[in-house]
Amino acid sequence: MADRKDTVLYLDNISVSFDGFKAINHLSLYITRGELRAIIGPNGAGKTTMMDIITGKTKPDTGTLLFNGNIDLKKLDEVSIAELGIGRKFQKPTIFENQTVYDNILLSLDNPRGVIANLGYVTTKSTSDKIDELLEIIRLTKYKNLEGSNLSHGQKQWLEIGMLLAQDPDVLLVDEPAAGMTDAETADTAKLLINIAKTKSVIVVEHDMEFIRALNSKVTVLHEGAVLAEGSLDQVSKNQEVIDVYLGR
Amino acid sequence: MISDKFYKYLGISGSSFLCIMGGAILIIVASNTLLNSDHPLHVSSYVVTLLGKYLCYAILAISIDLVWGYCGVLSLGHGAFFALGGYAMGMHLMREIGPRGVYGNPVLPDFMVFLNWKELPWYWYGFDMFWFAILMAVVAPALLAYIFGWLAFRSRVTGVYLSIMTQALTFALLLAFYRNDMGFGGNNGLTDFKDVLGFNIQENRTRLVLFVISGLVLMITFMFSKILVDSKYGKALIAIRDSESRVRFLGYRVEHYKLFIWTLSAGLAGIAGALYVPQVGIINPSEFSPANSIEAVLWVAVGGRGTLIGPVLGAILVNGSKTILTSAFPEVWLFTLGAIFIFVTIFLPKGIMGLFNRSNRKSNASGISKIAGLRKIFIFDGKKDG
Amino acid sequence: MKRCRLYKSLFIGLLLSCFINTHLLADTLNDTINSLAKGGFKERAKVIGLMSRLNDDRILNSLEALSAGKLYFRKNNKQVIILKKEDNKYYAKDPVTKSNLGVVQKKQFKKIRVNNRLRRQIKLTLSSLKLRASSPKDRILAATNILKTIDKSALKAIQSQLLIEKNKSVRKAMIAARASVILFNNSSNAKQIQSINILMKYGGREARSVLTRFLSSANPRVKKITENAIKTIDVSLQRWTFIQNVWYGLSLGSVLLLAAIGLAITFGVMGVINMAHGEMVMIGAYTTFVVQDLIKANFSHLFEYSLAFSIPLAFIVSGLVGIAIERGVIRYLYGRPLETLLATWGISLVLQQTVRSLFGPTNQEVSSPEFMSGAFQVGQMTITYNRLYIIFFAVFILLILLILIKKSSFGLQMRAVTQNRLMARSMGIRSDWVDALTFGLGSGIAGIAGVALSQIENVSPNLGQAYIIDSFMVVVFGGVGNLWGTLVGAMTLGVANKFLEPFAGAVLAKIMVLIFIILFIQKRPRGMFALKGRAIE
Repeated sequence: MADRKDTVLYLDNISVSFDGFKAINHLSLYITRGELRAIIGPNGAGKTTMMDIITGKTKPDTGTLLFNGNIDLKKLDEVSIAELGIGRKFQKPTIFENQTVYDNILLSLDNPRGVIANLGYVTTKSTSDKIDELLEIIRLTKYKNLEGSNLSHGQKQWLEIGMLLAQDPDVLLVDEPAAGMTDAETADTAKLLINIAKTKSVIVVEHDMEFIRALNSKVTVLHEGAVLAEGSLDQVSKNQEVIDVYLGR
Repeated sequence: MISDKFYKYLGISGSSFLCIMGGAILIIVASNTLLNSDHPLHVSSYVVTLLGKYLCYAILAISIDLVWGYCGVLSLGHGAFFALGGYAMGMHLMREIGPRGVYGNPVLPDFMVFLNWKELPWYWYGFDMFWFAILMAVVAPALLAYIFGWLAFRSRVTGVYLSIMTQALTFALLLAFYRNDMGFGGNNGLTDFKDVLGFNIQENRTRLVLFVISGLVLMITFMFSKILVDSKYGKALIAIRDSESRVRFLGYRVEHYKLFIWTLSAGLAGIAGALYVPQVGIINPSEFSPANSIEAVLWVAVGGRGTLIGPVLGAILVNGSKTILTSAFPEVWLFTLGAIFIFVTIFLPKGIMGLFNRSNRKSNASGISKIAGLRKIFIFDGKKDG
Repeated sequence: MKRCRLYKSLFIGLLLSCFINTHLLADTLNDTINSLAKGGFKERAKVIGLMSRLNDDRILNSLEALSAGKLYFRKNNKQVIILKKEDNKYYAKDPVTKSNLGVVQKKQFKKIRVNNRLRRQIKLTLSSLKLRASSPKDRILAATNILKTIDKSALKAIQSQLLIEKNKSVRKAMIAARASVILFNNSSNAKQIQSINILMKYGGREARSVLTRFLSSANPRVKKITENAIKTIDVSLQRWTFIQNVWYGLSLGSVLLLAAIGLAITFGVMGVINMAHGEMVMIGAYTTFVVQDLIKANFSHLFEYSLAFSIPLAFIVSGLVGIAIERGVIRYLYGRPLETLLATWGISLVLQQTVRSLFGPTNQEVSSPEFMSGAFQVGQMTITYNRLYIIFFAVFILLILLILIKKSSFGLQMRAVTQNRLMARSMGIRSDWVDALTFGLGSGIAGIAGVALSQIENVSPNLGQAYIIDSFMVVVFGGVGNLWGTLVGAMTLGVANKFLEPFAGAVLAKIMVLIFIILFIQKRPRGMFALKGRAIE
């Protein structure tokens, strides 16, 4: 049992079912401040549903779900959870296809989100500098004024990571960031995430074992909606149950 | 100096469109007043009123485009907001008739005397004042839209569900306004207006002024909308159109964004209705009919949604052909209208404006399905898409 | 074989004797009626007495005309006829056969005059004749009339008829009628209380109004009993009103259900928003009209069975139009629901105008077969056959559809395609054909709905428009993709509408139901029986 004060995300005994199918089954997971956690598991293990629950898209049937030890996320909707500082990158890159790379980042930046504030919004020098800086990190400076739909799959992944960074959240949920990236890009992404995890908490869902290895972090294996094993990648990959699940019985 | 600023806000297409429109209005006014009626280039007062009507339709089209083209909310009930604005203006014009009605009652409109009503219903108070009527022409539809939108957006009713609900809304109002005891003239609506602000409503000069005012309001609406959709608010709106849930995960209160544009758009439709009524001289419940609202959506689709020039073009083109066809071959009009619906949705999803923006072709193809924004509700994988 | 022949000859004999009998009777009847023209009031009284003894329902007509002063005789041959004035013209009518004899000159006729005594006699004769009428329905009507008017003069007739009356419900009505007369004309408290109890048990609006009229003349003790009786009747009346409302509601609900079932398939299962759905219903109704017209013109003996041809034909015609729409337009728009909505609206305009050009804008008349017309009485309410059959029909169609979807291989393919198109295709299902057939099925069912609607509605090009919004409301309210939800939704909305109508009026009730659904959808955006889970997100 982890200390509740120190945990940024506290999931305890969470269950959710869709029409009788138990997508998440008594799942417990604790993420501490500044932790980088990798989550793996076969298809249908409940990885994406778990992210849906944390970000408020899906409400759990039972269980405790706390942020920073005392904020009950079950009572909040997606917007409030996002405002608290939980950001998310989706499995399928979701960017605003009909808007420029620049505008995608601008919309994500940690600025007031109200209607009135945005009606009279004027871009300041510091804001555009910040955007340029972010574009540099995600290597899209060249495509600043290109519409999102014209980017390649890997570039869209980068753009979404950039949007996540622009939000400046305390917890980053990153769903399959390496899909569609070249090997070099994958390695860079891992480096970037390790760097971010120095100050923030990061949860990464990924199938790419090389990527997980590069992250060099604690790994949680999900299976049928519950935690099957936890530990370093070497530890879990020697676990007989995990091997059974991945190779089939 | 000022023109520089205009240019900065409106861009090349926007400012040239405004110039063309302003020029066209000037030419029409000049031709109507300066040329003899037998001159081949003379624009008759009949045509001026007709064009004035189209301009009101164009304002309505922009208001639909703001919610549909920029926010992905397809309203099949904007005719209701238009009609409410029209009724507000109609009520004022009724009061302005005064004792000149058939029954000569100085306060009660004819239909109330006919129904044996003894006094004015409370909701008719204040409509003897022009400013109040104009205010109501905006507030009444905006308020209705606000209540409806508040309920709908809060519970995340989207896509076709919302469209059908808006259709039900205007249908319910249609039924309600047909009732005599609603106090809005029942079946016949409000008509037989005499004058507006003291000017005879039948007179050519009044009609010309109404036409010019409609044109000015349309131009202001255009500029205002252009600034709105280019603001960061507008960018967020487009983001909501393309990927609503993504915007939510960024921490935006999507329902507030939708509610703002929805309410604003309803008020705008109300203004269009208020301008429309003195020019056509009548407002009756048939304006609420669902067919009217959906036809207005077609104007936007024809011109090109998600652009501001498109709806204006569409409204004028479709209504122009309607006027010509219904008088020449009345049987053919509904076939034509039906065919336009089918043709535009299949072959011209971006409307006429889409033809000019060929460079955007590629992005359009993927964007269109996103505009719908709810393909995921259905179990289709959309393999036949695009 | 032998027996068959025996029956045949018996039947023919019976038929012949009937014919001869009525023929003879008609002659005496005509003679008797014609004799009304002769002599003075006294002779007339005798003739009326004679007529009453004839025991023939057909004299009612002439007696009523006589008492109303509409019975005349031709001056030259003393033939008695009924004269009716309409638009300043006089129309003659045969008093026995009721057949029209055409326009006549009034001066050729003389009125058969009656005095008050005669009138009284006629009234008495009429009420006793009516009480003896051959059909039990007419006898109940006569008794109810006496109950309503508290006709003292009819007491004797009731008494004597009660001695021979066998039919239970007729007896009940007559006893109640007798009680009403006794109640007002007998001062004995015991008799009055007995009558009150009889009326209370009989119940109904008429008995109630008799009792309320009695209240003012009753003494305190009886008054109390009367009041209680009225209360008891009120309770039962309320119950009947409730049941009646439920019935009307179910009837409306079944119509909504018929209109919505097809939509539940195209919208609910396929996710296609077909705004031309109402026009599929309209096409079904017009198919019925055309079939009926053809049968009337060429095979009039099959007229009774025209619906049996209309139903499959309407299914095929609407279904084919549906398939054409799917192949021609909708398939290019999958995944773009809002565009589908607009395009199908366009289709609906074209279809409407086509039908208008072909058949004209006016209403077309479709007549109902014999077995669907008429009505019967249950307690305090009337049930018409056509509504009853439509309820059964709607539920029947729903069940057929459920079985088709759940059990048949086509249903399996349909579900497979809607759930996972790629998977279904890789298993060898021709998904585009399944799409077309599913859409055709939904449209065909709409066509069948049109057949049913043609029995209770006017058939016009706008028929479908009236139903499109309602049908969508039903499907959305019930829960998209759930046929049981459609059933419950249709019935709930139908009943709700009919319960609101009495105090809100038809239009306001409809508005209230619409507003209710708008609010309901806010609370449960996926309807009553919504699917849950990631699949539908």
